Amino acid sequence: MSNAIRPVHTAPTFAQSVWLVSNREISARLRSKSFLIATGILLLISMASVIVGSIVSQNTSLTKVAVVGTAIGVVEQTNAFNMVEASSVADAEALVRDGTVDAAVVPSTTADSLLGLTVIALDSAPSEVLGALSVSPDLKILDPAEQDGFLAYLVAIGFGIIFLMSATTFGATIAQSVVEEKQTRIVEILMSTISVRALLAGKVLGNSLMAFAQIVAIGLLVSIGLAVTGQRVLLADVGPAIVWFAVFFAFGFVLLAALYAATASMVSRQEDVGSATSPVLFLVMVPYFLVIFFNDNPLVLAIMSYVPFSAPVGMPVRIFLGQAEWWEPVLSLVVLALSTMVVILIGSRIYSNALLRMGARVSFKEALHR
Amino acid sequence: MPGRPSRASVKLTSNEGARMLDIRGVNKRYGTRTVLSDVSFTVGDGRMTGFVGANGAGKTTTMRIILGVLSADSGTVLIDGVPVTASDRRRFGYMPEERGLYPKMKVAKQLVYLARLHGLSPASARRNTSDLLERLGLDARAGDRVESLSLGNQQRAQIAAALVHDPEFLVLDEPFSGLDPLAVEAVTSVLAGYAAQGAPVLFSSHQLDIVERLCDDLVIIADGTIRANGSRDALREQHSRPRFEIRTAGDPGWIREVPGITVIDFDGDFAVFESETDAASQAVLHRAITLGAVHTFDQQRPSLATIFKEVIS
Repeated sequence: MSNAIRPVHTAPTFAQSVWLVSNREISARLRSKSFLIATGILLLISMASVIVGSIVSQNTSLTKVAVVGTAIGVVEQTNAFNMVEASSVADAEALVRDGTVDAAVVPSTTADSLLGLTVIALDSAPSEVLGALSVSPDLKILDPAEQDGFLAYLVAIGFGIIFLMSATTFGATIAQSVVEEKQTRIVEILMSTISVRALLAGKVLGNSLMAFAQIVAIGLLVSIGLAVTGQRVLLADVGPAIVWFAVFFAFGFVLLAALYAATASMVSRQEDVGSATSPVLFLVMVPYFLVIFFNDNPLVLAIMSYVPFSAPVGMPVRIFLGQAEWWEPVLSLVVLALSTMVVILIGSRIYSNALLRMGARVSFKEALHR
Repeated sequence: MPGRPSRASVKLTSNEGARMLDIRGVNKRYGTRTVLSDVSFTVGDGRMTGFVGANGAGKTTTMRIILGVLSADSGTVLIDGVPVTASDRRRFGYMPEERGLYPKMKVAKQLVYLARLHGLSPASARRNTSDLLERLGLDARAGDRVESLSLGNQQRAQIAAALVHDPEFLVLDEPFSGLDPLAVEAVTSVLAGYAAQGAPVLFSSHQLDIVERLCDDLVIIADGTIRANGSRDALREQHSRPRFEIRTAGDPGWIREVPGITVIDFDGDFAVFESETDAASQAVLHRAITLGAVHTFDQQRPSLATIFKEVIS
């Protein structure tokens, strides 16, 4: 056993080094309690939102209306109310007074009534009942919206929040792990062993894999939740958008991760990570706020869906709203992938220049030098 | 010695002749400040080479350049006459001046990780780790997080990190700083073991007494230039001045009157003097013997500290 053959130093390839580094990142994350708790909370929130959504949608229970005599047939036709038959107008009035029903519909006593019906309510005109019993003119919608406005709003915010939370959680994690290596000075041993690019790539890959796994888990959980709670129609609508979201997120996060790593490498202490990475945080917040305020503005969404930082939110929302042609997500993805490559190149330069500079914060000019 | 038989097999299977680490004409500037100017020296096969200099003299920069952590503006680092490559550097064991390991990672896991980054298979990485932890007396702490170790044990773990991949060259920046005397002993014996197996070992230290005891060769650097460089004994010889120490039964005050003699120190039966010629010092000895018993007569060897002061001033 101890008389072993000398271990052979076969230099690992770039890919092997990257893989080793990313594996360490992943196992360090999985060992971190704060990470597990944060992930648990995020999964719970997304699960809860599906369940709450399903309860709210089932709660659109029909308004209770008391009906008397000939009114029964008319109210029945609307199919919009939960009818309670009353034997007389007085009985119906009593039901309205004690709150058993929201309104009562009784045969009209005045001869010139157009509909021959009287609606009895307690303290205000019941618009829902009046609306259902009114005669409406014909309606023609030229360009029907594919999704209901409120639902679109919810879906847009959902993508925005998930992107914001995942990107900031993992962005902060990667930034801390860069500074941890710098602060504990193990970075010098690492730099003397593998190339700085392999180190950066491993970090970005490991954390991106984790972030992507989280997004896929959320996507699956939401899809399963929608299916289980019987919201299949919604699932069919949101499903493709979720898939595209995951794909865009994969690229978009790599871009952000490289930025987080590069900016974090410019400082030497954990206390400075926040201020160093704040420009990146700003880039992450922008799509979130844009999608909240402009989710009904096709022009802003169209621009968002091509700008690399906001495309992971903008494009899926447009796909959900049916505003995107089939080629648009593909084109946007190409733009995103190219900008990710550029950012990785710049990021790795900053990273390798700043990594050994301890003490004061390294300026962008110094970090980009040479 | 138990626990390190694998080292014996190292030379049998991998000795491809002498290993030399050559630093040739290395220059480095930061902006307008010259940090290293034409630095050249050799770390020979199996030679413990002490690298001595004041703070900011350029030791750490030189070591970082050897390891490729920094790039030199000009000059080369050669192994057996061939410029060192990135994959050669995986055979280096490096201990940076700034110590550091992942605080939240377990000791053994961390060592295995570092060994694997150096290209060892998972099996040899694990075997080396457990061998080394045993040798450094850390085996009981293998499953503990680094942050939970005492300072001394953290230092041992740090040394293990430099050695876990069975390096063929050692470059250690201040390996003894912050070590208690016991740990100093442990580390010196490990390093001497490496040198005895033929590995070139370069280490820097401010503790000149340890350097003096340990090293075969010396490199003295000041303000980015190499001021002295060679074997410890040769340097000593070179810097030995004709200074003698005498202890006699009677009062040796008469020495002051001997021609060609300058008394440096004088106290009761004891004197230190410098002699311009060999004849003058011999004359002192003759006279002393005729006057009575001579307990000591010795040419003083300069300590490393003395040489160091002389060389850099």
